[in-house]
Amino acid sequence: MTVMSFQLPPDRRRRRGQLMLLVVFIALLAAVLASFAVGPLRLPPMEVLQALGVKLGLVDAAQVSARDVAVVWQLRIPRVLLGAIVGASLAMAGASLQGLFGNPLADPGIVGVSQGAALGAVAAIVLGAATVGGWVIPLAAFTGGAVAISITYLLARPGRGDGNATLLLVGIAMAAFCSALIGFFTYIASEAQLQSLVFWQLGSLASADWADVAAVVPLFAIGMVCLLRLATPLDMLALGERQAQHLGLDVARTRRRLVAFSALLVGAAVAFAGSVGFVGLIVPHVARLLVGPGHRWMLPLSGVLGALLIVVADTIARTLDPPSEIPLGLFSAALGAPFFLWLVMQRRSKGGV
Amino acid sequence: MNVLLTLRHVGVVRQQRAILAAVDLEFMAGTVTALVGPNGAGKSTLLGVACGDLQADTGEVLLHGKPLQAMQAGALARERAVMPQEHAVRFAFGVEEVVAMGRLPHPPEPAHDARQIEAALDAAELQPLRQREVQQLSGGESARTTFARVLAQATPVLFLDEPTAALDLRHQERTLRTVRGLADAGACVIVVLHDLNLAAGYADRIVLLEQGRVAADGPPADVLTESTLRRVYQQDVLVLQHPRRPVPLVVVV
Repeated sequence: MTVMSFQLPPDRRRRRGQLMLLVVFIALLAAVLASFAVGPLRLPPMEVLQALGVKLGLVDAAQVSARDVAVVWQLRIPRVLLGAIVGASLAMAGASLQGLFGNPLADPGIVGVSQGAALGAVAAIVLGAATVGGWVIPLAAFTGGAVAISITYLLARPGRGDGNATLLLVGIAMAAFCSALIGFFTYIASEAQLQSLVFWQLGSLASADWADVAAVVPLFAIGMVCLLRLATPLDMLALGERQAQHLGLDVARTRRRLVAFSALLVGAAVAFAGSVGFVGLIVPHVARLLVGPGHRWMLPLSGVLGALLIVVADTIARTLDPPSEIPLGLFSAALGAPFFLWLVMQRRSKGGV
Repeated sequence: MNVLLTLRHVGVVRQQRAILAAVDLEFMAGTVTALVGPNGAGKSTLLGVACGDLQADTGEVLLHGKPLQAMQAGALARERAVMPQEHAVRFAFGVEEVVAMGRLPHPPEPAHDARQIEAALDAAELQPLRQREVQQLSGGESARTTFARVLAQATPVLFLDEPTAALDLRHQERTLRTVRGLADAGACVIVVLHDLNLAAGYADRIVLLEQGRVAADGPPADVLTESTLRRVYQQDVLVLQHPRRPVPLVVVV
C-alpha cells in the first residue's frame, strides 16, 4: 500500500523528532550503564566496564573478580534488558491503543488488556499448561490480551456514546471481570502455583534471566516493527474512522492489526514482568508533548522513553531499601495514578473528547 | 454527457422505515448538484450511500460504471473525496498536517503534493492558521480545514455534507465559488445544502428530497418554485428574481 511509505510534505517535526529520539536514546544508554553499577552490591563504573569486557574477550579475566562478572552478567544485564523491553512494549502499545480508541486515556491497564493478558498467564499456570514449555505463558497472555482489547473495542469504539465515559466504564468492567477470573484461578491454585501467581499481582523484574530475554526479544521485535509500520494509518485514524476510510485506509484491517500487535507487546510484557501499570498512559503523553502527535516520531520516541522510564524506575526500586526491593508495579502505579487523575481533570475542563 | 456516478433504484431501510426509496440519479462530470430538502428527508443518507459509507439495502451505486462496493478503499479515495459534517480531530495535529493528509491516497510526489497543499490552504484562507493546532480552532475554522483537506485530495468526484454550515457569510460564498471552480474544471460535485439561495446561486442542478424520494430534480429555476417549496417545506415562501444575478431568490414570508 502506498500509504505506508508516504511522508507528509511539510514535515516540520522531522528535525525535532530526530533530535529528541537521539537525546532520549543517549539518556537510555546512560541509564542502562548506570543501572549495571548500582544495586545491593555497588560497583564502580570501571569495574562494570571491565566485567563487560571480560565476557567480550577484551579484558583478561584474571584482573576482575568472578563475583563482579557474575553479578553484572547474570543478574543485572538480563534484568535491565528485560526492563527496557517491557517499558518500550507497554509504551508503544499504549500509544497505539490511544490512536485506535482516539482517546489519550487509553492505556493497556485501563482498557483491560493487561488484565486480560494476566488472566491468560494465570490460567496457563493454574491449568498446568505452563509445564508444556516456556512459550505457553506468553502465548496465553497474548490471547487473553487480544480478546480483552477486542471486547473493549467493540463496546467503546470511537464515535460510540460519550468517548471518555464509555471507554473508562467498559475498561473498569473488563478489568473487574478479568480480576474475578484471576481470583477464581488463585482460589483453585496449588501451593506451588500460588507462589508464581503472586508475581503477577505485583509486577517485578526480579526473576529476569537470559532465557526470559531470549524469549521476549522476538515477540518485541515483531510487535515493534509492525506497529511502526502503522504510523501513518494511526495518523489517519485521528480524523475519525469514517474520514480515515475516505482517505483510503482499510479501517477494519488496520484495526485488526493494531489489536493484534498491541496485544502481542502487552502479552510479552505481562508474561515476563507481571502487570506494570500506567507506563502506556504516561509515556505517549510525554512523547506527544515533545514531538507532536504525528506517530512517525511519537511512536518510536514512546518506545525509547518507555524503556528509559522502566530502567530508571527499576534501578530506584532496587536501591531505595537494599537488600530488599520495592516491587516495580507499586512504583509505576504510585507515579501513574496521580498523573492519570490530572489528565482526566484537565480533559474535563476542556470539555472532554 | 459524461456520467461519473449512477444511483440505480437505491433504497435504505432503518427500523422498518424507508429512509430512501427507489432513488434513481445520475451525476455528470463538470456539474455541481445541490441536495436539498427538509430535516430527515434523507439528504445525508443519500450522500452516505453515494460515497460508499453506507450500503444500500436495495439497488446499487456505480462509479465509472463499476459497483462502488466492489472498490478497494485506496482506489476509491483516488476517485472521490468526502467532507463530512463532523470535523473533530483527536490529538493536537496542526492545520497543515491535517490538510496534507488529503494527499495520502496518492503515490507520493513531493513537489506536486506540496503545490496541492498550498493551493488548498489558499482556497480555504488557512495560510495564517497553518501552524495552529486544529483542536484550538473555532467551528468554522475546523470546517475550512476539513474542506482544504478534501481539496488537497484532488479527486474527480466530491461529496460535501453541509460544507457551509458553520461558516460566516464571506467563507460561505468563497467555499461555493471554489466548488463552482472545481466543477468548471471538470469535477463532479454533490453538495448537501440547507441554504436554498446558496444552492440557487452555485448549483447547475438541484435535487429536492422529500421523505426519502426525489420530489423535484432540475435547474434551480425549475425546482425552486413557490408551490413546490410550500408543499415540501410546509412553509410559506416567496420566490423572487435575484436583483443582480439571473438566479431565483427564496425569501421566507
